Amino acid sequence: MEEVSSGTTGPKATKMKTEPKLSSDNETYKLRARNIDVFYGDFQAIYDISLDILDHSITAFIGPSGCGKSTFLRLFNRMNDYIDSFRMNGRILLEEEDIYASSVKVEELRKKIGMVFQKPNPFPKSIYENVAYGLRIQGIKDEDFIEQRVVESLKQATLYDEIKDDLDKQALTLSGGQQQRLCIARTLAVKPSVLLMDEPTSALDPISTAKIEELIFELKKKYTIVIVTHNMQQAGRISDNTAFLYMGKLIEYGDTQKIFTNPEKDRTQNYITGRFG
Amino acid sequence: MNNTNSSRFKDKAFRVFGLSAIIFCMLTLVIFIGFIIYQGAGRLSWDFMTSLPSRFAERSGIYTAWIGTLWVLVLTTLISFPLGVGAGIYLEEYGNKGKLSKLLEINIANLAGVPSIIYGLLGLQVFVRMMKMGNSILAGALTLALLILPIIIVSTREALRAVPSSIKEASVALGASKWQTIWKQTLPASFGGILTGVILAISRAVGETAPLIVIGALAYVPFVPESPFDEFTVLPIQIFNWVSRPQHEFAINAAAAIIVLLFITFLMNGIAVYLRNRWQQKINW
Repeated sequence: MEEVSSGTTGPKATKMKTEPKLSSDNETYKLRARNIDVFYGDFQAIYDISLDILDHSITAFIGPSGCGKSTFLRLFNRMNDYIDSFRMNGRILLEEEDIYASSVKVEELRKKIGMVFQKPNPFPKSIYENVAYGLRIQGIKDEDFIEQRVVESLKQATLYDEIKDDLDKQALTLSGGQQQRLCIARTLAVKPSVLLMDEPTSALDPISTAKIEELIFELKKKYTIVIVTHNMQQAGRISDNTAFLYMGKLIEYGDTQKIFTNPEKDRTQNYITGRFG
Repeated sequence: MNNTNSSRFKDKAFRVFGLSAIIFCMLTLVIFIGFIIYQGAGRLSWDFMTSLPSRFAERSGIYTAWIGTLWVLVLTTLISFPLGVGAGIYLEEYGNKGKLSKLLEINIANLAGVPSIIYGLLGLQVFVRMMKMGNSILAGALTLALLILPIIIVSTREALRAVPSSIKEASVALGASKWQTIWKQTLPASFGGILTGVILAISRAVGETAPLIVIGALAYVPFVPESPFDEFTVLPIQIFNWVSRPQHEFAINAAAAIIVLLFITFLMNGIAVYLRNRWQQKINW
């Protein structure tokens, strides 16, 4: 346990419920997590987290390594399902529908909730085929339709102008930042409504990072974005709401401005100011 | 100072040891191959390849033997490839990684080390006698397929494991099913490795003698097999038979047959190396 600054935990911090900035209208929530516990075998990774994510917003999960933020993110498109020892309590709702219900086809869910990973991971295929992949696996054969969608997605990901003459080039020849934007384009091609991003810029240089951040900000108009980041400045720059996780617990969740300037919990304050983590 | 000198000496000593180990291995191989070629190359001819076996060494050929080997090679491949690769895919991608799978993994590795003659006895009992296949090519191919299955399974699993999980994650995250991910991403990315393993396993099967002797592959087959249910012989058995004869002429025949067998083996290994390089160039993580 790290030192909590002595005795300043006022009564207001103990009882106060942390709520994200939002209109009271329920319709604007895209995703809701309700009383989530996650276990890997005997180890509990997430403790009773409930949190709602606003539609057309950017929500950032921050916290030190191993705090459970990636695990939590991966619940939303059920990527933890492949881990043998994974177990979960609680419910996750996408537009009021429980995504862990037995009637839900996980492949269908993942078309609605796309994911971008930490390390750019294009397929060892051409740029074009990378973006077309999500459509081809759906059985779409109409090549004109696919081409149109590929171009549209690459444009959306602000990559098209750089590579429009090299669509047949092997994707792995692109630079790291271009690869990551390709991965975003690939995800957009399936037309999801939510984008999950697991530290999408942690493997990139500052210039590529800036480009991706710009892109994410742009995508907010059409998508609900949830981003895990190690980079506090990044969370501060791009997100509307921020959730601070620590040791599997949700410490504080609310308006990013408020979390960064006037957090309610000392632990949040300490983390944000770099005193630990 | 002393310490440095001592480690320098050790460095040098190991270098000399390693070098002589390589020279010893290579030299043995070169002498062996050289000797075989010196003895047998003169005997190689079209007649030798197309003649039936005979009591007379100079009239004897390896027609039945290499046709038999070809039959066994093709049948063994047809049987072991789908079974081994299928089992490997299941174990690596579908089977859960519990205790049972650990046990299975250890046992498969153990099976790869079981002496081939044991497989011969198994084949004799199961295929030749119980399933009444007789001393047929099919029984031989099934036996050899069993023999190399563990090798194929293990190398398939290793090749699949070498595909980065980030690729599989990317695929399922786009809405691909498990099978689509295996078929469109994992298998293409690992196929070079799988193929290499399969070819090396089969080239081992081509050289096997003991299990085929046990299941009754005959040394003297005066006809060319025409179906999987015919009796047969293969090159190694023909070689074994000739070597065990007293006349010098048969030893020369054996040398010539060894050249043919070595050629087949080297050819297959060469194909395996070629495929590995080709696929590695294509995929650079």
